[in-house]
Amino acid sequence: MKLLYFAWVRERVGKTEEQIDPPAGIATVSELMAWLARRDEQYAHAFESADVIRAAIDHRHVRPDAPIAGASEIAFFPPMTGG
Amino acid sequence: MTTLIRLQHQAFDVATEAARIAHGRTDIGALVTFTGICRADEDGEQITALTLEHYPGMAEAEIARHVEEACARWPLLGVTVIHRYGRILPGEVIVLVGTASSHREAAFAAASFLMDYLKTRAPFWKRVQTRTGTSWIDAKAIDEAAIERWAGKPPEREAAK
Repeated sequence: MKLLYFAWVRERVGKTEEQIDPPAGIATVSELMAWLARRDEQYAHAFESADVIRAAIDHRHVRPDAPIAGASEIAFFPPMTGG
Repeated sequence: MTTLIRLQHQAFDVATEAARIAHGRTDIGALVTFTGICRADEDGEQITALTLEHYPGMAEAEIARHVEEACARWPLLGVTVIHRYGRILPGEVIVLVGTASSHREAAFAAASFLMDYLKTRAPFWKRVQTRTGTSWIDAKAIDEAAIERWAGKPPEREAAK
């Protein structure tokens, strides 16, 4: 699946997008964030306040307990400040 | 019912876009427009520019979903949402929301509803540039609280039946 990062999440991760293949057992958005945070220091920094990071699956906002099965694009970003 | 949703970097003319909504129509009795403009200060600090990052594809989809929701709640005849991204200077327009209806109540309410949702649900992020550096703007609790007033409110069209 494709991951996208925006705003300070993007800056901390150090990339705008990437393809990943999470191991079996990573079933939800929050589990995916915890798995990403264990990758290296940059990811750990990006996801250290996982409770403030928002997620979207295939262009729709989702909650942390949303299942990731079947997702083709998952985005992580800070609370939005548009308008 | 005519809808126009546009995301663009280029500046646009608010009066032209507002006039377009009611042009050639005689059923519209009320047109409300909200224009969001880039201020020169953020929390008391002078800013030199604002940069808006957005999520292409989702931004359009999310705005379209809220326009659809507004149309289900109020008897609207036209809706326009234009949101800019990229570098924007103080004094420049960032966003325009225009809502048209037969009567003013629906037009006012729908414009307010759409702005409240754009602030907290449309995937845009503002970064301010000052003389000393750049920083991301934090989401404000007051914006999050603003959308709570729309929660659970039955659509007026349904309530009227």
